[in-house]
Parts: sequence; structure tokens; C-alpha cells
Amino acid sequence: MIVRISGEAQYRLDDGERDRLNELEHAVVQIVEGGQEDGFGEAFATLLDFVRVQGEALDDEHLEGSDVILPPPDISFAEAGEDFTGEGLIPD
Amino acid sequence: MAGLSGRMSTVVKAKVSKLLDRAEDPAETLDYSYQKQVEQLQNVKKGIADVVTAKKRLQMQESSLQQSVVKLDTQARQALSSGQEDLARTALERKNVAQTELQSLDTQVHELEEQQQKLTDSEQKLRAKIEAFRTKKEVIKAQYSAAEAQVRISEAATGVGEQMADVGLAMQRAVDKTENMRARADAVSELEAAGTFDDITQLGGGEDDIDRQLKQLSSSSAVDDELSKMKGELGEGTAAAAPQIAPAEGTPHSSEGGHA
Repeated sequence: MIVRISGEAQYRLDDGERDRLNELEHAVVQIVEGGQEDGFGEAFATLLDFVRVQGEALDDEHLEGSDVILPPPDISFAEAGEDFTGEGLIPD
Repeated sequence: MAGLSGRMSTVVKAKVSKLLDRAEDPAETLDYSYQKQVEQLQNVKKGIADVVTAKKRLQMQESSLQQSVVKLDTQARQALSSGQEDLARTALERKNVAQTELQSLDTQVHELEEQQQKLTDSEQKLRAKIEAFRTKKEVIKAQYSAAEAQVRISEAATGVGEQMADVGLAMQRAVDKTENMRARADAVSELEAAGTFDDITQLGGGEDDIDRQLKQLSSSSAVDDELSKMKGELGEGTAAAAPQIAPAEGTPHSSEGGHA
């Protein structure tokens, strides 16, 4: 599966990582829904780092669409909270 | 669609389909989009320039406040050494306010500086991405003329579309940020310029609004402390008749913690 981190790059991840990815995003979602900024930066960074470490970065020559698009690394808590509803990463 | 990535995906995909649906001729669309990106990049650059201007204005206000602090300190010493304790107190009260103001300006300038650096970095990254896109679009245009490659093209178009939308979003964010920073800097700057501190060093005359506010404000012991300290430095408190002039000049006076 291909995951894009907005404003950064695309990464190819093994399909087996899907659950873990979902978990990590769910953690971020819960924090945002809770309305408390504490821990947001950390949880979001963990999610992005997971993608960066587990994934293989695709260079700019790749022309595939992404399965998942994550917000840019510098997204603020307030921005993350806009239009926010709480399902997981990949809708069942 | 929900969640962080869900929302992002929706936004980007909407942009991509808007981009591709518009097109009968993909080549034209790509050229047009490229053009748009180049224009947008100009906006980012302009935004950064505005932030720099705003920062410079704040820095100028900062240095004029710095001068006020020095001047007020001198005035306080002069007043005290000629026995005018009330006047000395007023001067110190104002100095106190000016110093607080100076600190907050300093913070603002610092923040602007950081933002400016970040924005410059992202501008450079965006420029590189746009350049990469330019190369890629030529490749795709060439492919498109070969009819048998249709399927691959539509995949490629989706991929390129997504990249373009992504660059577009990043650019939009950069523009928003510069506007935001500039607006904040302007607001601070206007507050300063509104004259609260315009004539802060013009002592004497009747008690004005500033004085009244200052008196309320500076029940804070800081002014008392500084005043008594100054008295100590000037010898005995009531130096009565013979005004001592000199000490204000030579003493650097960096006693309280207010210096940034």
C-alpha cells in the first residue's frame, strides 16, 4: 500500500503494516477528539515516523496514486480538529 | 470518510478529480496547472517579503523603546538628584512599562524570525517540486500522444494529479502562514504606533491617562525597589539643594531582571 505524508513524500508499506498504521492513527484521532492538546504532537510524530521507518520512500519519478494520505507534519492541533470525525484510518 | 488521513485523502482526491475532469486535453491541463503553481510560488515569495517588512518595523519600534528606557532611567536619576521624587517615580514607572513592552516585542520578533526561516525553507522545497513536475509533465505529454498507452496514462495522470494537488496544498498553507504572521506583526505594530508609548519620555505637565494607569499598575514593588536602589546609588535620599548630575551618565545600571 502507498502512504503519502502530505508535503513530504510517498512511501510504500507492506500490506501487513495496515493494522499497526490503523492503530497509530486511531491514537491520534482519540487525542484530537478528546480536545486536549497534550500528547498530540508526540502521537502524530509516532505515526509519521512509523511510516518513514517501515516504508520505502518513493522518489519523484513514481506516478502512483496513494491509498492513504496523511496530513502534513506541521499540522497544528487546531487544524487537525477541524471537520473531524472518528473512524479509523481505513474505513471497513 | 473520517479520521486524519480520511479527511486529507478526500481533500486531495477532490482536487485531483477537479483537475482531471476539467480536461479534454491532459497536456493542456498539465501546462495550465504548472502555470498556476509558478504563480502560487510567487505568492509565497511575496508573503515572505511581507513578513520580513513587518519584522523590520517591529525591530525599529524595539530600538526606539530601547532608547526610551535609557532616557527614562536618566530622567529618573536627574529628578531624584534634584529632589523631585514624584517625578523620578513616574519616570521609573514608565521605564518599567517600556521594559515589559520591550520584552513582548522581542518575543514577537523572535517568532517572526523563526517563521520566516521555515517559510523560506518550504519555499525552496516547493520550488524544487515544481521543477520536478515540469519535467514530469513533459514526459506524460509525450506518452499521451501514443494512443496505446492510454491505461498507463490515466494511472500516471492520477499520480501526477495527486502530487500536484499535494504541492498545491503545501503552497496554500505557506501562503496562509505568511498572511497570518504578517497580520499578527501588523497588529502588534499598530498597537505600538497607536501612541500609548509615543511620548513616554515627556515627563512633567498634568497627570494624564497614562500616569493614572501607571500608578495603578505599578503598585508593583519593582518601581519602589528601583527607586530606593537609585537613592542608594545617588548617595543619601534627599540630595537637596546641590543637584548631582554626573552619575546617570556613567552607571550602566542593569539591576532588575527585565533585560531580554
